[in-house]
Amino acid sequence: MTYLPYAVAAWLFLVGLYGVVSSRNLIHLALCLSVMQSATYVLLLAVGYKNKATAPIFRGIPVGHPAVDPVVQALTLTDIVVSVTVVALILALALDVHKQGHTVDPDHIAGMSG
Amino acid sequence: MNALLAFPVALPLAGAAFIALTDDSTPEELKDIPAMLVAAATTTISTIILIRSERVTLVHWFGGWQPRHGLAIGIGFVAEPIGAGMAALAGLLVTGALVFSWHYMEEAPRLYRVLMLVFLGGMSGFALSGDLFNMFVWFELMGVAAYALAGYMVEELGPLQGALNFAITNSIGAFMILFGVALLYGRTGALNLAQIGRTLAGHPADGLVIVAFALLASGFLVKSALVPFHLWLADAYAVAPAPVCVVFAGAMSEVGLFGLARIYWTVFEPSFAPNASAVRDVLLVVGISTALVGAVMAFLQRHLKRLLAYTVISHVGVTLCGIALLNGSGLAGAANLVLSHGFLKAGLFLACGVLLREFRGVDELNLHGRGRRLPVLGTAFAVGAFGLIGLPYVGTFLGHSLLDEGAIQHGHAWLPPLIMVAAGVSTGAILRAAARVFAGWGPKRDPLLTPEPPEEPPEEETNRVLMVTVVVLFVAVGICLSAVPGLQDRTEHAADRFRDRHAYVERTLFGQAGTYGPSAPVVLHRATGASIGYGIGATAIALATALFGLFRQRIPATIRSFGTRTLEPAVDGLKSVHTGIAGDYVMWITVGTAVLGGVWALTLRGP
Repeated sequence: MTYLPYAVAAWLFLVGLYGVVSSRNLIHLALCLSVMQSATYVLLLAVGYKNKATAPIFRGIPVGHPAVDPVVQALTLTDIVVSVTVVALILALALDVHKQGHTVDPDHIAGMSG
Repeated sequence: MNALLAFPVALPLAGAAFIALTDDSTPEELKDIPAMLVAAATTTISTIILIRSERVTLVHWFGGWQPRHGLAIGIGFVAEPIGAGMAALAGLLVTGALVFSWHYMEEAPRLYRVLMLVFLGGMSGFALSGDLFNMFVWFELMGVAAYALAGYMVEELGPLQGALNFAITNSIGAFMILFGVALLYGRTGALNLAQIGRTLAGHPADGLVIVAFALLASGFLVKSALVPFHLWLADAYAVAPAPVCVVFAGAMSEVGLFGLARIYWTVFEPSFAPNASAVRDVLLVVGISTALVGAVMAFLQRHLKRLLAYTVISHVGVTLCGIALLNGSGLAGAANLVLSHGFLKAGLFLACGVLLREFRGVDELNLHGRGRRLPVLGTAFAVGAFGLIGLPYVGTFLGHSLLDEGAIQHGHAWLPPLIMVAAGVSTGAILRAAARVFAGWGPKRDPLLTPEPPEEPPEEETNRVLMVTVVVLFVAVGICLSAVPGLQDRTEHAADRFRDRHAYVERTLFGQAGTYGPSAPVVLHRATGASIGYGIGATAIALATALFGLFRQRIPATIRSFGTRTLEPAVDGLKSVHTGIAGDYVMWITVGTAVLGGVWALTLRGP
């Protein structure tokens, strides 16, 4: 049992969060969101990991041999699909912002506030 | 098995795919029809599920993966009246919005219809799912469709800004939910809600469970836009097409609160039971501050959709108070508020859609008096606004009276007066706008109100009679709901079942069907003195607010300048928080999550 992957997940989440908060470029911001989402992949995989266990493919290994949790991999894959959709959508919107407003700075899109 | 439960999800998703495939070969005048039919059929099935679930909780395990010895293996849908009702409401609002938007969307209407159906599928799945990770997936599906719908008018910068702020903040909310899911899975090895709750029960809450709850709650509060997570909402709702706003305001915002209530009562309730007051107090503070901030911000707007967006925030705050009371009356009140508010706000947003088409703008000051030639629309708008106050037997009354009852039962008598102020001020803001637009009252200038970049809808022939009819229908249904005999008993009954974790576990994991007796008596309960007092008080506040907004120039100058000096810094401060910049909003979300987590870490531990 090691805490390293949990620490990595927390670090990725926070560093991505810092990027999103301070970003002045929508493309940079979308990638920071991706970094944050990577934290969830690491966390999910860490939750299902076991030392000295094999991949959850049970052909040709003795019965009762430990295997890592197969559920978290399915969750991670689903999560990756979700993340691709969201990032693609944000990048598409960023493209339109650039087309209409000739900027990619999230602070100066339409000036809607209050 | 109840294969019926799969249809509220399968039907709109299959319909969306069908429309995307066949739209090119469909004759122009028939193109609107399939989407409306699919949405109407989905609504019908959700309603059948709702009616059947009043007798017995319906469970469906996909692929027949039934639980073995109380251990969930597959993914299940569980329908009880509140979840099924949420799905039915979403279906009804989507159907109404699609009828309204007959010829309304001139740009790529195919994508609009496909997105609306996907959005409906996501909401239905979220409302019916009995599996935590599955809930996350529906949540994201609904989210992605909603971001695209908010930014539908991609030729304008306002919608792009709104959609980006919406997408960025809500994605971060979804990450937090996923973190919470992963932590709970790590602790319990389960994703089924009943199973997680069963594994956690009997152990006092420890750090990990509290952190998981704080992350899940924050994620749902971002979606529902509670202070301080609310900043994105006005940007997104102000710029989304009016029929989309209907579904956003009437169903999507409420779905987040539904998620919070669902996970609290199925998963966390036993662990937190010894310290439930900590959950209650924190959520009540969040709810009531949201209600008040939303109401004040609504009063400061001149862009009608943005004004209504802030009243949605205020309403969601009130609804959270109902849930946060953690008792049956409060939850039943919240459910009734969601129902009546959904219809009324739908009518009001669609009325904005008509104004936008008629006058090419929804700026309250620019529209001064121009609505006079639309008397039917003006009447519907004003009646809809009055319905939001909670006058006896009108509109949101039932929800408010149940909520007040729940608050008083629990010794939170301070809550109803504050809710009365919030409902009064937010309705007053709508009434002021109605009086200015449809009657031409008050001055044409008002420096207090925030100017917004104008919208530029393309000129297009639309069917005004149809649009106004939909508005009137929505408002009429919303107004009448509180006077439906038997609704009060049925929602109270549904709320008690929603909170009954043992019955939920027995039904889901062990297949023990508890049937519930014949439906509640069909009676209309007499309004209590307290709720009549509440209604009159809120009406007085609403009228005073509206008149103040319109005629404050007539207040003697000395009093006015004193008022300006004292209130101006507060108003400017409040406005300056709503910067329209995604990074700032994310900062607030981070702070809010940290505060929620910190407070709960200190108060929820130990027996």
